[in-house]
Amino acid sequence: MKHLLSIEQLSKAEIEAILDRAESFSEVGRRDIKKVPTLRGRTIVTLFYESSTRTSSSFELAAKRLSADLVSVKAAGSSVDKGESLKDTVATLSAYEPAAIVIRHPHAGAAQLVAQWVDAAVVNAGDGKHEHPSQALLDVYTLRRQLDSLEGKKIWIVGDVLHSRVARSNLIAFRAMGAELTVCGPPALIPRGLEELGCEVEYSLDRLGEADVVYALRLQRERMKESFIPSIREYAAHFQIDSRRLGRRQLLMHPGPVNRGVELSGEVIDSPQSLIAEQVASGLVVRMAILYELLAASDDESAPAAGDDTKRPTAIGQPA
Amino acid sequence: MSPGQLEMRSGESADLVLRRVTVLDPVAGIDAPHDVVIRKGSIAELAPPGSADVPDLEEIDAAGLHAFPAFFDPHVHLRTPGQEHKEDIETGSRSAAAGGYCGVLAMANTDPPVSTPADVEALREDARTAASVRVGFLATVTAGMRGEELTEMASLRDAGAVGFSDDGLPVRSALVLRRALQYQRLCGGTIALHEEDPELSGSGVMHEGAVSATLGLDGIPSVSESTMIARDAALAGYEGGNIHVQHLSAVESVEAVSRAKAAGVQISCEASPHHLCLTDEEVRSLDPHRFKMNPPLRSEADRQALIEGLRDGTIDCVATDHAPHAPEEKEVPFEQAAMGVTGLETAFAALHTELVLPGVLDLGLVVERMSAGAAPFEVERSSLAPGSEANIALCDLSAEWTVGENGYESRSSNSWCGGRKLTGQVVMTLAGGQVAFRLRSFSLGVAA
Repeated sequence: MKHLLSIEQLSKAEIEAILDRAESFSEVGRRDIKKVPTLRGRTIVTLFYESSTRTSSSFELAAKRLSADLVSVKAAGSSVDKGESLKDTVATLSAYEPAAIVIRHPHAGAAQLVAQWVDAAVVNAGDGKHEHPSQALLDVYTLRRQLDSLEGKKIWIVGDVLHSRVARSNLIAFRAMGAELTVCGPPALIPRGLEELGCEVEYSLDRLGEADVVYALRLQRERMKESFIPSIREYAAHFQIDSRRLGRRQLLMHPGPVNRGVELSGEVIDSPQSLIAEQVASGLVVRMAILYELLAASDDESAPAAGDDTKRPTAIGQPA
Repeated sequence: MSPGQLEMRSGESADLVLRRVTVLDPVAGIDAPHDVVIRKGSIAELAPPGSADVPDLEEIDAAGLHAFPAFFDPHVHLRTPGQEHKEDIETGSRSAAAGGYCGVLAMANTDPPVSTPADVEALREDARTAASVRVGFLATVTAGMRGEELTEMASLRDAGAVGFSDDGLPVRSALVLRRALQYQRLCGGTIALHEEDPELSGSGVMHEGAVSATLGLDGIPSVSESTMIARDAALAGYEGGNIHVQHLSAVESVEAVSRAKAAGVQISCEASPHHLCLTDEEVRSLDPHRFKMNPPLRSEADRQALIEGLRDGTIDCVATDHAPHAPEEKEVPFEQAAMGVTGLETAFAALHTELVLPGVLDLGLVVERMSAGAAPFEVERSSLAPGSEANIALCDLSAEWTVGENGYESRSSNSWCGGRKLTGQVVMTLAGGQVAFRLRSFSLGVAA
């Protein structure tokens, strides 16, 4: 794996390999010194053209826990504000010879473009409404810890699917893991032709009881201005996940940030069925695993059987 | 009222013989090998192969090659004035000549748009010194393409505007289009329409369907085009006006034009080679250089409807919508990239490779539709009948080439065919009685 641009590029076995790696990193987090020397001396650039809390902070912390040198660039306040093109910004940052560039961008295909321009491994941390592969991996990781296997599990993705890169990546990833998918939301917020991704489409929550997992999406309040929905109140009346609609054995997920009282009611966010906090915790170890797979795992294969210490992988869990 | 006039640079008239060339002109009913004798820029004689005794003429050994009536493109963007970094009359007409064209119509959505008689006169003046093929200019329907007030259509016609179009944008107001159609009775000039409902298209960047759902890109629904065609055909029918629908892309649009034609509306339409050869599946690559344009590439069912429409005559002609863009306008994420692809140099070769060779369309039909774009704008179409002005596309139908490997005549390289292997190549073009293009590697064998 040279880049992580989309979840579509990964087979089930490759997804599992990354998640197994993430399991091994979860042990590092329980130590006093939460750091391994794997990526010592290598540079990772994070380049965020959109605001982000979870994704940027967890990628940054993941890089640090792997002992990489980190350069974080946010578009706001950088030369991007002065009209520099993506191509030129990336060329500038490439002068530092980064091993990896983690990029979030408001437009689909940005990470793929960057991958064509640089030698570094490129990680798509969200491109427009297209993909968010690290989110999908951490969500599969979170669920796998709860359910062992996703095979045959019924997962409902509820809300603004049209504007959600998380929905798209998760549909692909959950399906690759054997789950049965249903998307549900107001008709104008379900993209035409989505069924071809291999999911059922529902326009009401009447059959929500069938779901093993309910994955709610964020509803941006501006959507009513574009007449996708008549009002937030009408949306909440029909699609809000609350304690009345969420059954006791159903698991609840959300990629964050949550609009409390819109797509989720307060009491379900704080309920024991909610995995929202686990998702955030999973984000760190899964992103460590992604960086490891891209930057260190290939050394495993190319390394000589013995001798050459510089090429040898560092055993996981060896403190620096 | 003077008719619109096409311009090209003056130069030496061709005096040559195409020896043993296979002549194919479906309109003139010619399909046989001949010696084509060209004197002073006109087709003097079609003689039996090898029989023409013309020692004073340049000999071109064209055995195995085809001569077609040179093509006519009613829809190109030459980008002048204002965007000469993308194209100008010289490079754009050279690109046309390389594609076997003898004439093109340039759209008016330049910077500023072509909205005044002085704009048209200046462009014609420029074409008289720079154009390798005949170039005609359309003027905008509305002043500055703002969609509000009509341009001085009669004065524009007097200045030589071939027709009118706000191409790039629809005429949003039905009332404004109605007024233009009423005014057309006074001044003539076909109104060419870019049909799109701006609200339905919204922020769309590709066809709305399964691929846009997968990619998370905003879709442009097919009905954005077909509803406007239905509206404008109704207006044209009501006012007795004459409209030409540009770049059809969807099955619903073909149906809308078909219904209007059946109802007797004076309506013609065009389809582009990229819509006839590609579908929205290409957009999965997220490559805006080759696959981002408006209207967008649509589904396989849409593509098949366009092919069928071209075959049965619902679609009158092929037009490239040649739309050059600079690299920096395309080296950005798909959603941010400029809309449009170039197509003049590859139109015939692409249709030959993708539709003629697999047996989907007859060679004669493609050749006819490639030059039929002159008729809706009352331009005389090219012919290989003796006595006609020499407007000839000489093609090697077995030549294989990779698009872009030797660069482009166009100033821009955003060809939808970039990197494709095509079979069939234009080796020489005669336009307006002059040699407009010779392929550099095309050796001029001197017959014994």
